[in-house]
Amino acid sequence: MTAQQVIIIVSFCGGIIGGMGMGGGTLLIPLLTLAAGLNQHLAQAVNLIAFIPMSVVALCIHKKNGYVMFGKSLHIVLLAALGAVGGSFLAKYSGGYVLRACYGAFLIALGVYQLGKTVYTAIKSKNKRVATQN
Amino acid sequence: MNGKAKTMLVCGGSVAVGLVSGFFGGGGGMLAVPLLTMCGLDAKRAHATALLVILPICIISAAIYIAAGFFDGQTVLCACIGVVLGGIVGAALLNKLNPTVISIIFALMMIAIGIKLVIV
Repeated sequence: MTAQQVIIIVSFCGGIIGGMGMGGGTLLIPLLTLAAGLNQHLAQAVNLIAFIPMSVVALCIHKKNGYVMFGKSLHIVLLAALGAVGGSFLAKYSGGYVLRACYGAFLIALGVYQLGKTVYTAIKSKNKRVATQN
Repeated sequence: MNGKAKTMLVCGGSVAVGLVSGFFGGGGGMLAVPLLTMCGLDAKRAHATALLVILPICIISAAIYIAAGFFDGQTVLCACIGVVLGGIVGAALLNKLNPTVISIIFALMMIAIGIKLVIV
C-alpha cells in the first residue's frame, strides 16, 4: 500500500468521526502521525488545511438555517484569532517530541472530560426516565 | 457568576480557544462550544457558531504553518479526499448508531492514543 493510500484511509476514518460531530480533527492528527508516519507539525498543518473547505460548506448551511450568531460571537472570533497567532508561533518553535507529548496530554484531558460528560448525561437521562415511569 | 467575572472568563476562554487550536492544530471547537453556551447560545446554535470561531483560526494558523514550511501538497490533497468522503459516511451513520456508545468509544480512543503519544 502506498503512503498516499494510507493517508486517504486514515483521513477517511477521521472524516467518519468528524461527520458524526465528534471532533474528527482531534483524532486525525494522531492517526496521521501513528499510522501514516507524518511528523507532528505536518499532521497539524494538514488537519488545519483540511478543515477549511469543510467548515466553509457547513457554515453556509448553518447560516442559511439561521443558526450562526454573528453579533454574539464577534469578540470571541477576534480574541481567538489573536490566540491562534500566539499558539501557531509557539508550535513553530516547539520541538516535534514536545508538541507530540503535549498533544497526547491534551487528548487524555479531552477524553476524560468527554467520558465523564457522556456517562453523567446517560445516568441523568436514565434517572429521568425512571422517575417519569414511576 | 457576576457580569465582570463572566466577561473575563469569556475573554480568557476565547484567547485559549485560539491558543489551543494554533498550538495543537485543532481541538478548539471542543472548547468553543461550551464558551458559546456560556454566552447564552443553545446547543445547536453554539455548535454552528463554533465553526465561525474556528474558521478564521484555521486560516491564520494554516498560513503560519505553511510559511514555516510545514506543507506537502500531495498529502493535503489525499487527506482532503479522505476527510470529505469519511465525513459523508459519518453523517449518514449518525442516526443509525447509539450516540452514547459512540461517544464512550471515542473518549476511550482519545485516552488510549493520548497515552501512546505521551509514552512513545
